[in-house]
Amino acid sequence: MRDTFFATLSQLAKENKNIEVVTGDLGFGVLKPFWEAHPDQIINAGIAEQNLTSVAAGMALEGKTVFTYSIGNFPTLRCLEQIRNDCAYHNANVKIVCVGGGFVYGSLGMSHHATEDIAVMRALPDVTVLCPGDLVEATAVTKAIAKYPGTCYVRLGRGGEKKIHSDNIDFEIGKAIKVREGKDVAIFSTGAIFEEIAEACEILKENGITPTVYTFPTVKPIDTETICEIAKSHKLIVTCEEHNLSGGFGSAVAEVLAELPSHARLLRMGMNDQYCTIVGDQKYLRDQYGISGKKIAEKILHEVK
Amino acid sequence: MTSDQLAWKIRRHGIEMTHLSGGSHIGAVLSVADIIAVLYADVMNFDINNPKAESRDRFILSKGHAGAAIYAALAECGFFDTEELKTHYQNGSRLSGHVSHHVPGVDFSTGSLGHGLSAAAGMALAAKQDKKNYKTYVVLGDGECNEGSVWEAALFAVHFGLDNLVCIVDHNKMQSLDFCTNTLSTTPLASIWQGFGWNVIEIDGNNHEQCLEALKNGTVKGKPTVIIANTVKGKGIPFMENDILWHYRFPHDGWEYDTAVTELHKTKPLGVTDPYTPDGIENPVTPDENADIYNDHTMSATYKPTWFKKEKEQ
Repeated sequence: MRDTFFATLSQLAKENKNIEVVTGDLGFGVLKPFWEAHPDQIINAGIAEQNLTSVAAGMALEGKTVFTYSIGNFPTLRCLEQIRNDCAYHNANVKIVCVGGGFVYGSLGMSHHATEDIAVMRALPDVTVLCPGDLVEATAVTKAIAKYPGTCYVRLGRGGEKKIHSDNIDFEIGKAIKVREGKDVAIFSTGAIFEEIAEACEILKENGITPTVYTFPTVKPIDTETICEIAKSHKLIVTCEEHNLSGGFGSAVAEVLAELPSHARLLRMGMNDQYCTIVGDQKYLRDQYGISGKKIAEKILHEVK
Repeated sequence: MTSDQLAWKIRRHGIEMTHLSGGSHIGAVLSVADIIAVLYADVMNFDINNPKAESRDRFILSKGHAGAAIYAALAECGFFDTEELKTHYQNGSRLSGHVSHHVPGVDFSTGSLGHGLSAAAGMALAAKQDKKNYKTYVVLGDGECNEGSVWEAALFAVHFGLDNLVCIVDHNKMQSLDFCTNTLSTTPLASIWQGFGWNVIEIDGNNHEQCLEALKNGTVKGKPTVIIANTVKGKGIPFMENDILWHYRFPHDGWEYDTAVTELHKTKPLGVTDPYTPDGIENPVTPDENADIYNDHTMSATYKPTWFKKEKEQ
């Protein structure tokens, strides 16, 4: 997903000389093609995320579209106030790009697990929050934000994500994407956990359940229309995110549902307000914290039976 | 308007604005007034009819708590009506206590310390990339230099050779609760900036000739310039000078306001009209023997931990 993002951005940078990348000393082996192709459109600001983020705001106010790049929590939590005051409040055209949403860096330990970023970024006015679910979404998101004014946060997986959608998705910022139509149960996911949903659906199918599936590449603004529609036509909505349950994607969906007079029941899946105290690869940790395809399917089956 | 006249106006507006609003930071407004006045009267290129003109010089007051000084300067320059200054801090006003870019002439909102130098560096970098000639000026407080992000930005500006960036440190030696050296010392400030690789000029920051000379002729090719402007907190109003009380206290009705105005009138340059008390104050109230004046209000005056004693700085 990271490679797809930079390949797309490199293409865009060729056409738009106002695109700038500012990296926080990360991107070994990934950014090389970009800096070789566009040496005047990238700087390494060193290991200094607070400065990097305000520098990006300053550049953006001078007319540039600036992509800040780092991993895990470094481009967000480390410099949260710079995002709030300098980027968002000024409507600065800064796109904050995080590689490593959720358990991507599972073996590296808690410091590198980005599991509250969606909640925190979603809480900021004038920040658009995007979590592409596969390579097709990643390409579409990259293209869209390059043209979209204001501050955006993009949460990417790292590598190994599959292409799940067909190439021609109907992507628009703020709109969910329908993956399949089913009945009674609807699954909403955001970000790279999408691949686990695909796996869960196979298990559910064997058990006679065909859920409706949507991905939400945009968490903010949330697609209220789709949520309201599904809340009427389905019995159970399941949200799934590689993130803490407090304030995350499931919470965004819950906020919409709670204001409806009646709606489908909601089952949220994610980390249950906890930090990860063990390490392991992404797949392993997803399973440990109940968001592997198998665990997702089991919980849904338990819920509907 | 000359820089002397503008500086006086900034001080007079500052007193009135904090008096009317009960607002803080008059000490900082008074220390930075001369720097701002020289920048706006004699140095920076701007167009009041086109505040976003591309060729303008950029300015960021990173020590945003001295916002009243910048609002006064902008109003006096004609960006908006001076009458609006009276709304500072008031319900519904756009003149927030800390600097807001929703005010014409302001390039960047501040208020949380340690952001301005980085943003200014971004603006200066963009100018380099796009071969634009504007300069970027940023004013920091010396207390602000406690913030780690200042030093991230200091490294960055040197690394990228931002010689179109001028940082002025309003070195009034005091911060919120005490003198800087009693708080989190950054002394000797000039050597530290030198160590980071900046072109450093040290001046009397309340002296207009020295400010002007440094700003006009002090920059060098290939690296950013920092002007360590040695100033006096509360400058111009003797009972406020070097007294930390006036970081937060505002001039109250009675001797505080009357004495402040009367002191200012003693140094009023020719050709300046005081918009609030044109002839000064007739029969001003004077401080009595109980007035809290020339007392030590620093934290260290009464903070005596048993485990820690600060060695005297050399």
